[in-house]
Amino acid sequence: MRVEAKILIALGLFFGLMCAVYWTWSLENAGGVMMFFGMGLCLLPGSYYYWWSRRMGPRAEDDPNATQEAGAGYIDAFPGSSIFPFTLGMGAFFIVLALVFGSWMLVPGLGLVIWAALGGIAEGRRGGSR
Amino acid sequence: MISTIDKVTTESHGDDHGHSHGHAEHHGPRGILNWLTTTDHKIIGLSYTITSVIMLVIGGALAEVIRGQLANPNGHLVTMAQYNELFTMHGSIMIYLFAGPFAFGALANIIVPIQIGAPDMAFPRLNALSYWLYLTGAITMLLGFFVTGGAANFGWVGYAPLSDAIYSPGAGADLWIGGLMLTGFSAIFTGVNICATVFYLRAPGMTLFRMPIFTWNLLVVSILILLAFPVLTAGLIMLYSDRHLGTHIYTVVGGGSPVLWQHIFWFWGHPEVYILALPFFGMVTEIIPVFSKKPVFGYKGMVFATLTIAALSLGVWAHHMFTTGVVLLPFFSIMSLLIAVPTGIKIFNWIGSMWRGQIWFSAAMLFSIGFVVTFLIGGLTGVYLASPPLDFFTHDTYFIVAHFHSVVMALVIGGMAGLYYWGPKITGYMLNERIGKTQFWFLFIGTQVFTIPQYILGLQGMPRRMAIYPNDPQWQTLNTWSSVGAIMIGISTLLFIVNIVASWKKHPAGDNPWDAHTLEWFTTSPPPHHNFFRLPQIRSERPTWDHNHPDAKTLAHGKDAH
Repeated sequence: MRVEAKILIALGLFFGLMCAVYWTWSLENAGGVMMFFGMGLCLLPGSYYYWWSRRMGPRAEDDPNATQEAGAGYIDAFPGSSIFPFTLGMGAFFIVLALVFGSWMLVPGLGLVIWAALGGIAEGRRGGSR
Repeated sequence: MISTIDKVTTESHGDDHGHSHGHAEHHGPRGILNWLTTTDHKIIGLSYTITSVIMLVIGGALAEVIRGQLANPNGHLVTMAQYNELFTMHGSIMIYLFAGPFAFGALANIIVPIQIGAPDMAFPRLNALSYWLYLTGAITMLLGFFVTGGAANFGWVGYAPLSDAIYSPGAGADLWIGGLMLTGFSAIFTGVNICATVFYLRAPGMTLFRMPIFTWNLLVVSILILLAFPVLTAGLIMLYSDRHLGTHIYTVVGGGSPVLWQHIFWFWGHPEVYILALPFFGMVTEIIPVFSKKPVFGYKGMVFATLTIAALSLGVWAHHMFTTGVVLLPFFSIMSLLIAVPTGIKIFNWIGSMWRGQIWFSAAMLFSIGFVVTFLIGGLTGVYLASPPLDFFTHDTYFIVAHFHSVVMALVIGGMAGLYYWGPKITGYMLNERIGKTQFWFLFIGTQVFTIPQYILGLQGMPRRMAIYPNDPQWQTLNTWSSVGAIMIGISTLLFIVNIVASWKKHPAGDNPWDAHTLEWFTTSPPPHHNFFRLPQIRSERPTWDHNHPDAKTLAHGKDAH
């Protein structure tokens, strides 16, 4: 966990440095803003991982001498197969086509998306209940 | 249908018959319904592979028409308007629909979880959604060929104001924007998924600095995807709103700035180059040590080079915009030149991995060496272009076209290396080596015959994106040679399809046909539903090799010397 955090924080700090140099030197805003948020996108999860790494200590996958027994047991439940990714994808497809061919396509698009959202959540609850 | 994932149990060192338990047997639907409902990363990855190779064939067919048109100065194969559609859709299909999804969706999806000993991706249903968004995005973009006014015709970069509603009316451009939005979200979801998988689903003992370089590169690529793709999607939404909702973000008339599109596009576009390239760097870094019978040379150097490329890639976008006259030349020139350093480290390490090894020139190894050579040509000409004076001279000429075709053709060669290397693992059957080597020579020589005349043409000032050119005998000769190269590349692609048909279910591969290093070669070919019945103890960056050669003297990175 700690190495992951350090990598993200290092990337974020480098982007921050680059952003500072670029923005003060060029006075161009678009690139400066994008680099600034690039820095944020690295520092945010990086510092979150770092905070967790201090609380939970090294996991089996961070321990160079861990045995496979350390990872045995139950991880989580996932749906072995699910129609809802396909449904959601088709919904997104129709919504994008509605941008081009007319808003009537939003009807099947939003219908599929809502169906996928409800069905997917229900499926996730069933899967997570064990 | 719900199946629980239990981590597999271990087996003691050297025990080849450790029994498996806790493996959830898979009883899903079969046939087309299995394909529609699957959340198995291997089936999704295979769908990605097949779809993206089909896109390669479509984009390649468009390229052959383009080269047919340019084979003589006053070509009448297509009209000028059709030519605009051709080069736009060729570029768009190759970059958005082939290279990207093939790099981070296809082999990565299949191999990354297995390489770190994970049962599946962290979010299997999100993974399936990525594929469906990619497929529908591809269909959306290709629908442009069938609407009035034809497909998008403003170049694959879609520069404003050429891409606005006045200069590019019609549904083709909107379908291009819509298709890119869908594939953009698909890429973002894949990025989230690979990051989460690598951070949370590694096997015990698989520390970050024992991960195979391919997985490392995919982790870095995923971080880059998350930094770059949202910017493109935001830019596309603004472009759509300029076209249809009356905003003036990219038009001077309403107080907007056309250069803003270029900033946004290339802020995605240059990290995208590394998003495309790094997975193939990872593939050859896996392949070269295996076929040289050595551990990879400079493991940590490889990892830090990849991270350095990622760090610098966010600060180089405007080297595509030197000629706009409104960017900070020294900053972008320095940053772009600096990227040559980590890339050079990588090429040094690939040569170091081969140095004094027992090289086995299999098809996969030939493709890998071909990748290194071709990428070196493309990379070095890229270093010239990082220098503003040279860029002013060559901007929008065939020199640029030749430069990035050297780079992307190197990626195609590297992708073929990956398909020959991992094909047996994915299908369970070997590909024909003899056809593979023939394919390699067609592809490798064809690539050089295709690009080198274009470098010369570019230095002589031939502009890109022109359907006709002055009737100069030398230009015509060079263009004809380039077209010959394109035909050779086309033949090599046909040979690949011939090879798949010819070696279909002929020679079973076994678990580890190459005596390879990493965890995917420890499981069966093809791997079972949740990938592993058992795992070896992981004590270095090449656990399978350690397990198969317990008395070996050479030490891989991360292994204690005792």
